[in-house]
Amino acid sequence: MATDLTVAVLSGKGGTGKTLLSVNLAAVAQKATYIDCDVEEPNGHLFFKPTILSERVVTIPKPVVEQSLCDGCRICTAACAFNALALIGKQLLVFNEVCHSCGLCTTLCPKKALTEVEQPLGVVREGQHGTVSFEDGILDIGQSEAVPLIKALLRNKHKDLVVIDSPPGSGCLVSEAISGADFCLLVAEPTRFGAHNLAMVHELVQILGKPCAVLLNKTVEGAENPSEEYARSHGLSIMGSLPYDRTLATLTSEGLIASEELDHYHAFFSGLLETIRKEAADASDTHPQR
Amino acid sequence: MIIAIPAEADSLDSATCVSFGRAPYYCLYNTETESSTFMTNLAADSAGGAGIQAAQDLVDQRIGTLITFRLGENAAKVLQAAEIAILKALNLSVADNIAALQEGKLAPLEEVHAGFHHGH
Repeated sequence: MATDLTVAVLSGKGGTGKTLLSVNLAAVAQKATYIDCDVEEPNGHLFFKPTILSERVVTIPKPVVEQSLCDGCRICTAACAFNALALIGKQLLVFNEVCHSCGLCTTLCPKKALTEVEQPLGVVREGQHGTVSFEDGILDIGQSEAVPLIKALLRNKHKDLVVIDSPPGSGCLVSEAISGADFCLLVAEPTRFGAHNLAMVHELVQILGKPCAVLLNKTVEGAENPSEEYARSHGLSIMGSLPYDRTLATLTSEGLIASEELDHYHAFFSGLLETIRKEAADASDTHPQR
Repeated sequence: MIIAIPAEADSLDSATCVSFGRAPYYCLYNTETESSTFMTNLAADSAGGAGIQAAQDLVDQRIGTLITFRLGENAAKVLQAAEIAILKALNLSVADNIAALQEGKLAPLEEVHAGFHHGH
């Protein structure tokens, strides 16, 4: 039985298979929403090729100075926790890429010399691919603040299955992307580097108290797998392994969705989704999250 | 004129610090009195914008020249707004860099880097 479930797919580095898994999990579900939170380099759209139904510009407030009103009192420069303001002579300088849009300077300015002005940050899009509702965010080139865009992207409430294609790594962007997830699927490569990155994301999901499991990707029969060793020695549940397959790599390089092309991949991802649903249900029974 | 140099320690024979914004100290050398003082860089532990704050603090000390190995673009904007000369440090102690400046051996810093700041 299909119940509401938000699954985040994440990994400590790029190229391990987050998008491959996210896209295919959403594709095999009867009804699902796929959300590409890798707003710095979204690529889910290359596979779903969705019909875009809406596109919305996301803005972020930044302080703008009216120099003629500034009397150089330095209340704003002293208050800014991010050192985003400097006063040189009578000129107040604002550093937008350091500013976190907290609004403190504009609130405190006694002369109303600072005002918040909305500035474009990126876009969020909604679209459709068959039964899959598609959403992604695209950060504008030159922008470095992806968190507010991810927040805007995750604002919609969904029913049924939601698959979050997380940004790579284990930093702020990832914590934001997986904040609403009921279950985290970690993807790991069979290398030492892969195991190191797996350890980093595993630590993150443990800090956030998320139920999780690992899928071992690009496995080679008989070869050593440091990620598998890590999982076994750290009590991390292994949800399966996806052997390295040149056919799969070729399909992916052509922007095709493996589960839509080959029956055995459809069966693999359907089985994986069922396992996730079961583990997530078990986890919510023992550790109610919300 | 006051010359500022990022320093690893608070002494003239200390190494010149490779970082500008995160340097633990700045040597402030007054060319008129030929005396030096050391200022603790309070911005060094900032979560972000250390270069901006450090540059502001040095401008407030009325420096005329900065000798540094490198400089982020934000700190450079602050210093340029204050019309401070920025010279490239040589791999020498603080005292020897001051001497090199006075002997005309230091060239202007040609490049500023994009900084290590992130929005997250």
